[in-house]
Amino acid sequence: MDKRSNEPFWWALFGAGGVVAALTVPVLLLLTGIAFPLGWLPAPTHDSLYALFSHLLVRLAILVIVSLSAFHWAHRFRFTLYDGLQIKHLNAPVAFICYGSAIAFTVFAAVSLYTF
Amino acid sequence: MTETDINTTIEEVATIELEVFRYRPEKASAPSFDTFTVPLHDEWVLLDALNHIKDEIDGSLSYRWSCRMGVCGSCGMMANGEAVLTCAAFLKDYAPGPIRIEPLANFPVARDLIVGMDDFMEKLNRVKPWVINENGKSVEEGEYLQTPEELDDYVQYTMCINCMLCYSACPIYGMEPSFIGPAALALAQRYNLDLRDHGNEERMDILSSDEGIWQCTFVGECSEVCPKHVDPAGAIQRYKVEATNNWWKSKLMPWSN
Ligand code: SF4
Ligand code: FES
Repeated sequence: MDKRSNEPFWWALFGAGGVVAALTVPVLLLLTGIAFPLGWLPAPTHDSLYALFSHLLVRLAILVIVSLSAFHWAHRFRFTLYDGLQIKHLNAPVAFICYGSAIAFTVFAAVSLYTF
Repeated sequence: MTETDINTTIEEVATIELEVFRYRPEKASAPSFDTFTVPLHDEWVLLDALNHIKDEIDGSLSYRWSCRMGVCGSCGMMANGEAVLTCAAFLKDYAPGPIRIEPLANFPVARDLIVGMDDFMEKLNRVKPWVINENGKSVEEGEYLQTPEELDDYVQYTMCINCMLCYSACPIYGMEPSFIGPAALALAQRYNLDLRDHGNEERMDILSSDEGIWQCTFVGECSEVCPKHVDPAGAIQRYKVEATNNWWKSKLMPWSN
């Protein structure tokens, strides 16, 4: 009953994902969604972006951002399902589907970034 | 006074309607609502209106109260669906009414506006809300000194008056009655963060169990309704950080425990 929960593992990923997403997503959105299309800033050329992504470190950073964001989503969505649909008895399958999706997404992102 | 005078005086007293939840198990198995009309005085709080009903209209109305000044924590009820201390909520803020008065949500109703507190009391006890310090100083050794900063760390959590409004406001507690809940968790923090206390380790098992902080999804309603600005939601988030650090430490550096 009073067994210490393993929730900290997922909560840490959730927290880290929240921080990473809050720091990077608005900037990326502003740049790629508004500033470049409206010509406020000169858009990077395909070649320069390609060169940027050729660095392993850049790809690693992208992987960290998208993966942690996915775990942030998974945790949030898991509790939205529990509380919104009142299906706490389906604890294990819901957790499996949510975190499983985030893990699958991470693997997919890692493979895509590696083979790119 | 002439008859017209009396009539105008009567007309001038504004009134407001209260729809009061009634449950008298010996009379009816299902709860119902009784409507009472009470004078709407500027300086009256909901509790004054209830006292007026009990004194002048229906003496059988049952509810708890004591201090009438937001200290004892016994007069909490739902007013139009929101958990409030009835001694601190002014009637005029609900004008023109009607005001629906119900017992605190998420608790079993014992009678009329009185709820059973057993669950809360039991949970409160489980988090050991007292100073745990085996090697406490003797009186001769003198007092414990604390800096204002050290006091600031937990003083906010000492303000709790056990009114249970936060439990009524918490949707998680409504769905998961096993959840230790906002006030008990904040009170555990009140002692955890007090330098005189050494009970952190003892409390951790219950606090970081699945019934403890991990049920909380940071809805934040508890902090909204708290009449004492205890901010239980903040206390819980703060504890999540500590429990998470602890968990990683115990997995990555098992020898450190
Ligand atoms: S934390 Fe606030 S709302 Fe909850 S019992 Fe204490 S004083 Fe009441
Ligand atoms: S009567 Fe004591 S807090 Fe309201």
